[in-house]
Amino acid sequence: MNQKIKDILRPKIKELRDMIFMLRKNALTMSAVIVLILILILALLAPVIVPYPQDIADKTNLSEKFQAPSSAHLFGTDELGRDVFSRVLYGTRISLSTAVLAVALSLLIGVPLGAVAGTFGGAVDEVIMRITDIFLSFPPMLLAILLVSMLGPSLNNAILAIALAWWPWYTRIVRGQAISLKERKFIQAAETIGTPKWKIVTKHIIPNTISPVVVQASMDMGGVILTIASLSYLGLGAQAPSPEWGLMISTSRNYFPDIWWYSVFPGIAIFITVLAFNLLGDGVREILDPKTRKK
Amino acid sequence: MGKYIIKRLLNGLIVLLGVVTITFFITRVVPSDVAGKWAGERATEEQRQQAIVELGLDKPLATQYVNYLKDLLSGDLGRSLRTKELITKELASYFPATMELVLVGFLFAMFVGIPMGIYSAKKNGKMLDHATRFFSIGAVSLPTFWVAMVFQLLFYRILNWLPLGGRMSINASLLYEIPNVTGMLIIDCILTGSWELLGDAFVHIIMPGFTIALYPIGLVARMTRSALLEILNEDYITASKSYGIREGKVLWRYALKNSLGATATVVALSMGYSLTNTFLTETIFSWPGLGSYVSKSVTTLDYPAIMGIAIISAIFYVILNLLADIIIALDPRIRL
Repeated sequence: MNQKIKDILRPKIKELRDMIFMLRKNALTMSAVIVLILILILALLAPVIVPYPQDIADKTNLSEKFQAPSSAHLFGTDELGRDVFSRVLYGTRISLSTAVLAVALSLLIGVPLGAVAGTFGGAVDEVIMRITDIFLSFPPMLLAILLVSMLGPSLNNAILAIALAWWPWYTRIVRGQAISLKERKFIQAAETIGTPKWKIVTKHIIPNTISPVVVQASMDMGGVILTIASLSYLGLGAQAPSPEWGLMISTSRNYFPDIWWYSVFPGIAIFITVLAFNLLGDGVREILDPKTRKK
Repeated sequence: MGKYIIKRLLNGLIVLLGVVTITFFITRVVPSDVAGKWAGERATEEQRQQAIVELGLDKPLATQYVNYLKDLLSGDLGRSLRTKELITKELASYFPATMELVLVGFLFAMFVGIPMGIYSAKKNGKMLDHATRFFSIGAVSLPTFWVAMVFQLLFYRILNWLPLGGRMSINASLLYEIPNVTGMLIIDCILTGSWELLGDAFVHIIMPGFTIALYPIGLVARMTRSALLEILNEDYITASKSYGIREGKVLWRYALKNSLGATATVVALSMGYSLTNTFLTETIFSWPGLGSYVSKSVTTLDYPAIMGIAIISAIFYVILNLLADIIIALDPRIRL
């Protein structure tokens, strides 16, 4: 059993090692990876390292409201006298976890549909792909806005709405993978010995599409974080007193541009996080592109 | 060619039918007290029941769907829960301002992005290449609503070069008669010759226009660059160079022309994609377009209005896709 797992893992590890090797040659992508690791650590440790933990909720300290950035409050304070730095730092945790959830949910919808469409083909494929096409012709953000305004505004509903708007991308990728996998010997062998189709989908197709799907999902993280922030900015995502970045910027508009630090710092946090994910995604795409790979 | 376009058109129509079907079912399947919202917060149960009949919600789903499609075909998107006005009418009054902004953003994207792409293709492999790549990825990573605020901070508060927001200054709106031909202020000013107002309108559109162009600029620059690099390696370019044709002429006359198709396609598609960015930008600059309408509808959860905007956006998106397909088809190198 152990040997079997090793056999399965060995090529994957080699693949990963090759990828890391190529990533290291690209300084921009590599720095993105380092920034991402830092952000991840910050998100994990946020409750411990935040300087004013009680400011995460709606603790008010009006005597300290609207203080400009100083050594006591690196990013200044907001309308309730809360430390903006603490809130921005804690916001990392919210943005990362919601984005992971939203992407995971859309994978849960998109991957099985794509695998079924690709494997079964014919009418099943037609129906699934036409529905996918229709979803793709919506700007995902607008579909999400429509869904949240029906479901009622909350962070959970925003996550659900994003997942419902995002899955078609994964369906497309997995379907393409499934179609090419179908021609491979091991799948044909499974078919010949009479393995039922649904079992081929779950045991052979889905496990073999994981790598490209994970790559795509990590590339999408940036976009999903932006969408969540935008929904929260419109009042359709996180609700007060959550230190979600988009919501903070939305609240700060009432005091803009006088209290500029309240708006500027959460935005920088969004930018850095999304940029790091997008740079990584771009780097990975370049590595996987056969045109650039040869060099 | 003609056959191809007809096929694309039909395809677009099918997608649109799908879009309206999905919006319809979303609003019927997702639990939400529509009749209650229509009747108002303090409505009695009786008034609520009356609202259900008024909205046709007591009929079977299939009948509702058919009625909905019939209404759509006659251009009726229903009434807003907030203002009780016809949504089509409201959209029509907000649409021109958005269209104007999108067009200006498109022009900015082309006039800034293409030269940037050419320049970075000429200096291939240098730092500039990294800079273009960083710029285009950076532009996609920026939250639009925040960029708009940073621009305001910079160009209004600190430098005081540009106005904070709106379509024209209050002075101008009081002093001059505001022309209304197409609803797009800049075009209307040109048509009626209101030159003073034109200057004012132009100054007001720079910041929002540039905000929405930021993402397409990066994309255009990257597309132009990669298309040019590919073309510059072709034999016919080497041949024209070896004939002693000036490098500038080769680049502009022979190479660029062949790369524009791909760029135009990407721009068309990215404008569709950045439509939501346009909406967010409008809310910051108090631009009286669809975005302002969206944000008003969102705060009151006025879903029929949002549905209307979703459908309009999807139509816009399908049309842009169609245009992109046609641009590609116009390229004589592609056989369909």
